[in-house]
Amino acid sequence: MPKFPQELEDEAIAVVREVAGQFSSPAVLFSGGKDSIALAWIVRKAFWPAPFPFPLVHIDTGHNFPETLEFRDHFGRELDAKLVVGSVQASIDSGRVSEETGPLASRNGLQTVTLLDTIAQHRFDACLGGARRDEEKARAKERFFSHRNSLGAWDPKNQRPELWGLVNAGKAPGEHFRVFPLSNFTELDVWLYLQREELALPSLYFSHQREVVEVNSTLLAASPYLKAGAAPQRKRVRFRTIGDMTCTGAVESEAHDLVEVIAELRAGAFSERSARFDDQRSEQAMEERKRVGYF
Amino acid sequence: MRILRLCTAGSVDDGKSTLIGRLLYETGSLPSDVIATVRRQSEKLGRHDLDLSLFTDGLRAEREQGITIDVAYRTFSTPRRRFLIADCPGHEQYTRNMVTGASGAELALLVVDVRHGLTTQTRRHAFLATLLGVPHLLVAVNKMDTVEYSQEAFEQLRQDFQDFASRLEARGLTFVPVSALHGDNLTQKSSRMPWYTGDHLLGLLETAYPGGTRNVVDFRFPVQTVLRDLRGERLYAGQVVSGRVKVGEALAVLPSGVKTTLKSIETYQSSQTRAEAGDSVALRLADQVDAGRGDMLVRVNNLPLASDTVDAYLVWLGETALKTSTRYALLHTTRQLSATIKKLRYRVDIDTMHREPAQRLVKNEIGRATLKLSGTLFFDSYRTNRFTGSFLLVDPVTHETVAAGLLRDRARAVEEHVTKARQGVVLWLTGLSGSGKTTLAHEIKRQAGREDVLILDGDQLRQGLCSDLGFSDEDRRENNRRAAHLAALAAEQGLLVIAALISPFAADRAFARSLVPAGRFLEVYLDCSLELCRSRDPKGLYRQVEAGEIPQFTGIDSVYEPPANPEIVLDTAAESPEVSARRVLNLGG
Ligand SMILES: Nc1nc2c(ncn2[C@@H]2O[C@H](COP(=O)(O)OP(=O)(O)O)[C@@H](O)[C@H]2O)c(=O)[nH]1
Repeated sequence: MPKFPQELEDEAIAVVREVAGQFSSPAVLFSGGKDSIALAWIVRKAFWPAPFPFPLVHIDTGHNFPETLEFRDHFGRELDAKLVVGSVQASIDSGRVSEETGPLASRNGLQTVTLLDTIAQHRFDACLGGARRDEEKARAKERFFSHRNSLGAWDPKNQRPELWGLVNAGKAPGEHFRVFPLSNFTELDVWLYLQREELALPSLYFSHQREVVEVNSTLLAASPYLKAGAAPQRKRVRFRTIGDMTCTGAVESEAHDLVEVIAELRAGAFSERSARFDDQRSEQAMEERKRVGYF
Repeated sequence: MRILRLCTAGSVDDGKSTLIGRLLYETGSLPSDVIATVRRQSEKLGRHDLDLSLFTDGLRAEREQGITIDVAYRTFSTPRRRFLIADCPGHEQYTRNMVTGASGAELALLVVDVRHGLTTQTRRHAFLATLLGVPHLLVAVNKMDTVEYSQEAFEQLRQDFQDFASRLEARGLTFVPVSALHGDNLTQKSSRMPWYTGDHLLGLLETAYPGGTRNVVDFRFPVQTVLRDLRGERLYAGQVVSGRVKVGEALAVLPSGVKTTLKSIETYQSSQTRAEAGDSVALRLADQVDAGRGDMLVRVNNLPLASDTVDAYLVWLGETALKTSTRYALLHTTRQLSATIKKLRYRVDIDTMHREPAQRLVKNEIGRATLKLSGTLFFDSYRTNRFTGSFLLVDPVTHETVAAGLLRDRARAVEEHVTKARQGVVLWLTGLSGSGKTTLAHEIKRQAGREDVLILDGDQLRQGLCSDLGFSDEDRRENNRRAAHLAALAAEQGLLVIAALISPFAADRAFARSLVPAGRFLEVYLDCSLELCRSRDPKGLYRQVEAGEIPQFTGIDSVYEPPANPEIVLDTAAESPEVSARRVLNLGG
């Protein structure tokens, strides 16, 4: 059984402390998913015994799993963290974005605008995210500190070299940074870490009975928001990532706890993005979304 | 075991992507859907086997999509070890990329095409890796299948590379003949190269000695941020970048110089008695000193260098050329100062490694410069400490990172270290019995004129600490191991350690060296013929050997491996101990 490498936590803690040292208004992007839970926990540990220093920012598409929202509120209270919610529904209502149409309509893409508006409104200058380099080829080149211009966009040509852990946090007004303390974690590391730290997770991550709909060979949760697909079927499933209900794929599984999830994961299987319907729409999906300011 | 961080480099088409792809694939580090995708892509390209280079995506795809050519980080593991590869693209922007990748690497894997021999590109990679202090170079001589697995072709390349590398400060240099395409010697020994007796590439990576870039002696703790507990008491949060520390030790806060004691070392809801390089912790001090971000905690008896004028190599990364009129922001540890470049001393031609006079420095060039700072910098030379020996220069207007800097020790003589600075140094005297080690040790102590000197004399050790050991190879190794740890411990406390041990095996001396920061371990070889030693015979040992009373005596019936790269060789037949000692103390640092 592999062990979680302690040096990864040390590295992540050093990164979040650097954020506290160099930025005036940081925030933690919190989706309720396992990566952001691990991240928020690392922030907790990095600043103990001082109070949790940054607000948690959740972008609510309005199509979230109820389990996620419940967990979010509970976890936020436990950390004693301030919660900021950016609402995609509000962005739609105010005409900032318009809802996608068609059978594959998803609010995933709309989140970007709500996120950037939330960042601008609260003047966040550093947003911590739980992204990892192993998620995708395009992520392999991502920095710990990723510079975003005043439109929130990522310019791949304008990223700063990172050497010796030295952080150049200089920026013009209106610009901000995305910071990824878990860069060198793998998916397995995150699970091992959650296990070592004995952290609770939303129940969605463990095997449960659910009505699912198969869309392009991905199992999506049946919900009023999902228009496409065949007739719902009942299956024992769990989710490997948690996001918008309309684009987060489930896998059939009997894993009921972290030990069993880890065992399944080690048995080989699939990279977690493959369960993200949204990424399959284009091979270059991630790179493109990053350019416009996605998480 | 810690993660081994390595960087990889190679010229375009030498097979680096194929090689890394195969390592990832054969170690089972790739998810099945990724393999399936690459299988489809390979078929599209009309190949019936897997195109392994597609796993890391080589440059072709990136160029087509207009994605930046940049360092990519990938993790893979085997049951024995975990690896983090910084994959540095070989050509465009190679200096910037190679320097970035090498800055965190403990090993550089250089892929070369056996048919091309030692190219300019490979020389550049090797030079940059050693400049950045990467201690091991592992050269994968690829495409052996194209030369019918010829030993001659491999040996030719190895010879050329070694000749070239003798001009670099590469400590470890290993070669392995491979075919990335066919999998020879990558994760299994190839039967097609029976003449090669070494391990396969993965085996070499799994057993590579880690560290070497880690300074485990000099405690340095740059404060990142200050935390307050419920009572308002302050804790200093940061990462131990080098050395180690224990609760109760006397610490100094820099720049103020205020002294205090370490009261506790804390992590989430717990505390510990010691911390070492790499640990992210929070330190509570016995006195409420006024410290903050940018300050550095160090041990009172082990202070860094301090100066407002520094000498450094600059690797220029900025789009705009170096300007002597600009006041750059200088980022060093968690501290920020400003700096102007007082003088560009020379530029290094990366291809020839020659110094040439220069007026300016542009992107991807390397030069040596003198910088004038807005305050006193507390630093170590890059050679001894990557984290306190490095800095970045930032353009104050555009915020662009324009240069990476490697601090030099201002060519201080070791004598200064030894007599003035309170920094530990190990002088490791090696040579045959009777070559004059003990005499020299005492003469060095006398001339150094300081009290805190520890002489580790081989014979004395054997009478006490090591009296349980004999003279088999194993026991000699154990003897050496104890002496090495003792030397490192004492050096850590700031002592001048003079070890006078036969230490016949090169590997054992290398081990002793690995425990001490670079530049502070000086191997002193007393080169003296066996005949002379025997005729001197100060302790009558050779007579006893001849009388058959002592078996396994070094030089007689047990080997002595002379050092290949000692800091200094002394001919004790030709010069007096006084002169030898002076020469040792004058060694350039
Ligand atoms: N014959 C032979 N060809 C190889 C070997 N390794 C790589 N190649 C081929 O060399 C070309 C360049 O390989 P690639 O891995 O993309 O090189 P990179 O540019 O260094 O990443 C490809 O056509 C590979 O199939 C090898 O060991 N033998």
